[in-house]
Amino acid sequence: MQVPAPFEYERATSVDHAIALMDRLGSEARLVAGGHSLLPMMKLRLANFEYLIDINDLHDELGFIRVTDDEVRIGAMTRHRELLESDELAAVFPIFRDAEKVIADPVVRNRGTLGGSLCQADPSEDLSAVCTTLNASCVIRSGDGERIVGMEEFHVGPYETAVADGQMLTEIRIPVRAGGSSAYEKVERRAGDWAVVSSGAAIWMDGANIADARVGLAAVGPNTTGIPGIAEALAGQPPSDELFAQAGAIAAASANPSTDMRGSAEYKTHLANELTQRALRRAAARAQEA
Amino acid sequence: MQVTMSVNGEEVTKEIEGRLLLVHFIRDHLGLTGTHWGCDTSNCGTCVVWMDDEPVKSCTVLAAMAGGRTVRTVEGLEVDGVLDPVQQGFIECHGLQCGFCTPGMMMTARALLDENPNPSEEEIREAISGQICRCTGYSTIIRSIQWAAAKEAETPVTVGSAS
Ligand SMILES: Cc1cc2nc3c(=O)[nH]c(=O)nc-3n(C[C@H](O)[C@H](O)[C@H](O)COP(=O)(O)OP(=O)(O)OC[C@H]3O[C@@H](n4cnc5c(N)ncnc54)[C@H](O)[C@@H]3O)c2cc1C
Ligand code: FES
Ligand code: FES
Repeated sequence: MQVPAPFEYERATSVDHAIALMDRLGSEARLVAGGHSLLPMMKLRLANFEYLIDINDLHDELGFIRVTDDEVRIGAMTRHRELLESDELAAVFPIFRDAEKVIADPVVRNRGTLGGSLCQADPSEDLSAVCTTLNASCVIRSGDGERIVGMEEFHVGPYETAVADGQMLTEIRIPVRAGGSSAYEKVERRAGDWAVVSSGAAIWMDGANIADARVGLAAVGPNTTGIPGIAEALAGQPPSDELFAQAGAIAAASANPSTDMRGSAEYKTHLANELTQRALRRAAARAQEA
Repeated sequence: MQVTMSVNGEEVTKEIEGRLLLVHFIRDHLGLTGTHWGCDTSNCGTCVVWMDDEPVKSCTVLAAMAGGRTVRTVEGLEVDGVLDPVQQGFIECHGLQCGFCTPGMMMTARALLDENPNPSEEEIREAISGQICRCTGYSTIIRSIQWAAAKEAETPVTVGSAS
């Protein structure tokens, strides 16, 4: 039987209350959102804390998807299921629905949150790849106020983020730019599993030519970036399979996967290439339709 | 610590440890052993119960997190001696062999039909995709859920949480 080591349970009723609790309890306290990454780790005794602060009552305050003409804001307590079901979000960023369809399973998606996913910072985690693709920024709050960091700064390393003790992620903000669309491609071993590799792509068109593009990869090593080399190769060109093959090769070259039970490094590198091409093709087709 | 929640429409209050998982609270503290406990790793889904009307894997929820919330277990499907159409469907269509996965399958099925009374086969497969059955090969489970949907279309039942 897997049971976490003993801890004290506290329940926060607001963001301010959660921060006050963290300030009072110090580095031995941890937030629990959906609990679907943290509790399994605590059950395996890979993580132990003296206090858990339950932030599920903050869903009213931090469970939201707000779409405006130039920006989308999503609260940290927004659950996978809400991200999957939001038509408004799918209309501006179809990549979210593509990804959410293949993140875990419907029952896990009832609990897991955007904030928990990003803060877990598992290199195989899908929403980080989505947020990297879309150039999201993260709003981090502490007793001293708010600061905003980009995804590259947010992810310090595997399982490590810019969120320090006494701080929490409250929302992400994604810029909306004209002429764009996006898509997500993932290969998994079975339904509901973590990615062998995933690739997200966003493309912005200027008439018949590509103006800009970003690609975010998951499960190919730590610290994925938007891969600026791909934007350089694609900008100013009309979309074509040859062009996307070039982009796939750039993605593969920037991947640094390791061989594990999910696949060999060679296979994963191949997937980074192929899935990037597919995601770009689909994003471009969607952008041209719109 | 003390926790109070509604389980199958009844309010329960117990003294528990903060680290107690909901599945053990339900089985060991309340004696409701219809909810099964299998993989312990949020993969098999036999521990699925409803929390505030949504299916959750109770091996990955703290009992304390369910405090003040509404929980419904497989025991809450039957009302006044009348089986839920989902339970009837599993009998009619042989939706179980060993029965280990059955409580979780039925709780997910009930939630699906409340939301979508006429699901396609694909929608049923998706809904139960976080749950593992080692016996049936899933076909009879899908048929059981289809049976329940057909039954309810004929005789609408009042559904929702028992509370
Ligand atoms: C069976 C299974 C399959 C899965 N498959 C996938 C998959 O295919 N792809 C995928 O991407 N994920 C997958 N997941 C992970 C799932 O998406 C998790 O729900 C998610 O990673 C964590 O979200 P959570 O809300 O449960 O976080 P928690 O477990 O509650 O928290 C995770 C970490 O984040 C911290 N935290 C949470 N919220 C905040 C906040 N607002 N501010 C600061 N810190 C915070 C916690 O302290 C903790 O350290 C799977 C999980 C399971 C159990
Ligand atoms: S025991 Fe909870 S999912 Fe298997
Ligand atoms: S009936 Fe035996 S596991 Fe499903």
